[in-house]
Amino acid sequence: MRLGLVIDLDVCVGCHACAIACKEWNASGTTAPLTDYQPYGAQPSGVWFNRIRSYEVGDYPNNKTINFPMSCMHCEDADCVTVCPTGASYKRAEDGIVLVDQTKCMGCNYCSWACPYGARELDRESGTMKKCTLCVDRIYDTFMPVEERQPACVLTCPAHARMFGDMDDANSAVSVVIRERGGYQLMPELGYNPTNHYLPVRKAVPIATENLGKQGFKDRLKGIVNKVVKR
Amino acid sequence: MNAIVKIENHDNQEIKFTTCYMCACRCGIKVTLEENKVRFIQGNRNHPTNQGVLCAKGSAGIMKQYSAAKLRKPLMRKPGSERGAGEFVEIEWDQALDMLTERLSHIRATNPSKLAFFTGRDQMQALTGLWAQQFGTPNWAAHGGFCSVNMAAAGLYSIGFSFWEFGAPDWDYAKYFIMWGVAEDHSSNPIKIGLEKLKRHGGKFVSVNPVRTGYSAIADEWIPIKPGMDGLLALSVVHVLLSRELFDWEFLIRYTNSAWLVVDTPGQKGHGLFLRDEQGNPLIWDMEKSAFVNALAKDITPALFGDFVAPDGRPVRTVMTLTAERYLDERYAPENVAQECGVTAETITRMALEMAHVAFKETVELDIKWTDSWGREHDKVIGRPVAMYAMRGIAAHSNGFHACRAVHLIQIMLGALDGPGNFRARAPYPKPIPPHQLPENNIDIINAPNTPLSKTPLGFPMRPEDLVIDKQGNPLRIDKAYSWEIPIASHGLMHMVITNATNHDPYPIDTLLLFMANMAWNSTMNTKNVQDMLREKDPAQPDQHKIPFLVVVDAFHSEMVNFADLVLPDTTYLERYDTISLLDRPISEPDAAADAIRYPLLKADRDVRPWQEVLVELASRMKFPAFTQADGSRKFKDYPDFIVNYERAPGIGFLAGWRGKNGEKSLKGEPNPKQWEKYIENESFFAHHWPDNQKYNRFANKDYLDVAADVGFVGKSEPITMQIYSEPLQKFRLAGQGLYDGPQPTNPVDRERLATYFDPLPMWYKPLEQQRVDEHEYPFFALTQRPMLMYHSWDSQNVWLRQILAQNYMYMNRGQAERMNLKDFDWIWVESHNGKIRCQMRTMEGTQENTVWTWNAIGKQGGAWGLKPEASEAKNGFLLNHLISELLPAKKGERRITNSDPVTGQAAWFDLRVKITKAAEGETGSWPEFPAIKPLPWDDGERPDTLRYSSRPEDNK
Repeated sequence: MRLGLVIDLDVCVGCHACAIACKEWNASGTTAPLTDYQPYGAQPSGVWFNRIRSYEVGDYPNNKTINFPMSCMHCEDADCVTVCPTGASYKRAEDGIVLVDQTKCMGCNYCSWACPYGARELDRESGTMKKCTLCVDRIYDTFMPVEERQPACVLTCPAHARMFGDMDDANSAVSVVIRERGGYQLMPELGYNPTNHYLPVRKAVPIATENLGKQGFKDRLKGIVNKVVKR
Repeated sequence: MNAIVKIENHDNQEIKFTTCYMCACRCGIKVTLEENKVRFIQGNRNHPTNQGVLCAKGSAGIMKQYSAAKLRKPLMRKPGSERGAGEFVEIEWDQALDMLTERLSHIRATNPSKLAFFTGRDQMQALTGLWAQQFGTPNWAAHGGFCSVNMAAAGLYSIGFSFWEFGAPDWDYAKYFIMWGVAEDHSSNPIKIGLEKLKRHGGKFVSVNPVRTGYSAIADEWIPIKPGMDGLLALSVVHVLLSRELFDWEFLIRYTNSAWLVVDTPGQKGHGLFLRDEQGNPLIWDMEKSAFVNALAKDITPALFGDFVAPDGRPVRTVMTLTAERYLDERYAPENVAQECGVTAETITRMALEMAHVAFKETVELDIKWTDSWGREHDKVIGRPVAMYAMRGIAAHSNGFHACRAVHLIQIMLGALDGPGNFRARAPYPKPIPPHQLPENNIDIINAPNTPLSKTPLGFPMRPEDLVIDKQGNPLRIDKAYSWEIPIASHGLMHMVITNATNHDPYPIDTLLLFMANMAWNSTMNTKNVQDMLREKDPAQPDQHKIPFLVVVDAFHSEMVNFADLVLPDTTYLERYDTISLLDRPISEPDAAADAIRYPLLKADRDVRPWQEVLVELASRMKFPAFTQADGSRKFKDYPDFIVNYERAPGIGFLAGWRGKNGEKSLKGEPNPKQWEKYIENESFFAHHWPDNQKYNRFANKDYLDVAADVGFVGKSEPITMQIYSEPLQKFRLAGQGLYDGPQPTNPVDRERLATYFDPLPMWYKPLEQQRVDEHEYPFFALTQRPMLMYHSWDSQNVWLRQILAQNYMYMNRGQAERMNLKDFDWIWVESHNGKIRCQMRTMEGTQENTVWTWNAIGKQGGAWGLKPEASEAKNGFLLNHLISELLPAKKGERRITNSDPVTGQAAWFDLRVKITKAAEGETGSWPEFPAIKPLPWDDGERPDTLRYSSRPEDNK
């Protein structure tokens, strides 16, 4: 099993719902709390597992805004795990989720330097590295209704731009949508084989505008013969 | 399961359902509580509004609950201290309520109009309106006047429902969707759910917006229009449709007034009014009978186009003839509007043709039998799948009412209303056009002591006789709503209250009561001067302010609280009983009438009371008739008791679900003492799902209208005829022209405004402020918009949300900035006719070249909202509000006129024009600067450097 996310860039409006739901769940989750720095002061910041970057492509007026949510890609060949000197960073054999054992982590930052996706977050208060757990404490929680055993970001996404599933199962919804929509990995050339995929922006189908109506109504208006419509 | 990862212990958790209040969307939420702390807030998947999803604001509700800005106890301005100095003393609730009751009772017994009660982003206008009516003051409104009354009024005077909360796109079947302007808070989650559905189905999403952020980011086509030009663009689309005869003949004839006959006698009394029979019915020309017949009758064959001579000899023309002649004029040809709109003629033409193609060649047909109001049975429902939505981008201009009417005209021409795939009504709408509700205007009743108004303070005037003015034509309302200056101000003009009250124009008031409205900061125009007005003393009585007593009700320490004489602290939305009522701003969806409740999930840990509860208490103390038994004792124990037992009409109350003695009735039925319990059992909402035959064409759907009449949504079951041509507007225009049989204004300014802007057909004109400001001196349009993740100051204070956005910038088109030698992070001066500000700028592609814009309500006064005085919002954030005047630039020989739509009084926030210059070296930080607000009595002003919120017991030991 290889669990991960598929993110649809065609419908992501950059609303940050996923980022906040993630923060909210994980603030009291398995690596809780997630520290906020200067929460009431200048330049507030904090530990977040999921951040939305927005950028523009193309020049005005042919520009397009792309909202790009990023969290841990749960790479198949995760360098963050390889470089960890204490064994705190590990990739689970059973589902591919990359986690950090908070009891072993000494906050040395090696993993964060190794991660090309910027997915690792050092909690300066606990002195440990934290990151997206794919809501491992939700997806296996049998107390929850089955339909809610999903990462908080997926559950909340108002545009349904986030999907969760098993990439190893060719028939899973995520595998199907990756095939059908040309889903891709971010920076595959680096060789980490990230599990998460992104779906590209759809191309709109042109709408026919030929053979519509009859021009020259202004001239026809004088002496127009009304259509008979009974009411 | 790996041993290191523990599933959390649910033993001490509880799950409860309530309604979100982080914005106007009002989604259902499922809240997990752990030992009286909030563990998790998620969307309720059974709720009709959000269907399980939840936006950033909703999830950040936790941090609103634990905000450092929460008020804790009633406060009184410290005796001897200056108003606005922020020095308060704590008082007990009894003392606060005694003081207020005494003051208000005196006002009510002497001159009830001296109380002005205005409410902000509340969702309880049915209660506050009833309270004001029972008090007897006409001076009540909510914030619609500065928000989007143009959308509501344009819809309700045109199609019987409207953008805002009275209609929604039909995402299931839409194939083409146009969003006009920003709309990111009203229906925040439903629109996101819908856009994904639309795109998945292969529909096209077109965004008409000067700025490409938010929803516009994912639009298939972005049309960067110049601000204020939407109406012109829409009318050009109408031109294209008309010029090719691309309109729905059957829809127009059956469901609109397009065939009604208009008297054509320019310069004479009665010109432009409908030809009517002796009973007052409008007439059409029946082609089969070759006679003038009642337009409302059955079995008629109306002529859509034509000029006729009435039996009395007057020439008459059909509405559609007038419409076609007006918009076929070359003025509206795409090539003639392109430059003004900033949209190419090709694009305008293509837009119109794409809409027509989808409407007429990709029609949706559903096999649903339904019966029309004339008793005819239909075996299909036809849908023209062009959906639209519009909000503030159109509304917040002084030409917005007509712009929105122009958008509705496109929908009417395409027959794309309340059908599958287009823009559908949400119960209790559609209503008669306009709704049959007039504002109280009987001066004897308004002036009568201790007497309720006979009607609500707000309504929908039909003619000059309905204005709320005295015999001399002077306004009776403090905001001048329903005066000759602003005749159809259906949501009041909250943005004028402080200015008018300070100027004692039209009269002085005694007490201004503000609920949840930040009128000293981001919700007012001209912020700095308005703060001065709040401080202004009355020269005639130097120990008294121009506004003598200011009561502020809020849950949080806003900039407004700082100016209060009396502060009544409210609860949070997780701590109180509340209703989201069909009598108010409904949460219905097109397929279901719905309402909802909130109930206390958490016990307040402060000495605060729900405002709902306080209103019921004050009403009972002052013995308002609706709150008092015949023997003089109080009728309702508390707010929950009021909600269960108050009936507006027999069987109709605030909540529509589980009525009847045993909760067996829906929409109508006698009070059910267990109604709250039933709502709580049912996840805090009620939905009445319309059967298929009542889902569409509800303006003329007999089975739907029968139900609507029975449950009080409409007066009687009769067809609602859409009004392309608005006779009420024409009556006001005639009054302006001196041709009306009835009251007419004497002031030439009023006469000219009525004659010019009360066109019975949709029109476009240059926004009023722009008519008086030199566009060469002020070359940029300046706008604000709201980020999706925040809803005004109530959310931008949130310690999680502010980590995403704690400073706003002025955004400018990159190419434009380069031409001006400006670059990212430069500090710039932005100047309007009303003042100047210094702020920091950034560049982007996605901004129309003549436009600059910023995020709304990020800038804060230091010390407010529980933030530290050095918060980025205070030091580097800024408000555009300082540049926007609540009054139009002065004109010789004219009294000062509100900077609002001349029809509805909608605040014209977006008419602003500015010039931009680079700040000098070393000029940094936002300007004007404001002194930091002092901490409140319970607050030492200290704030932790870190926050480690968790609900887990082990993290809280």
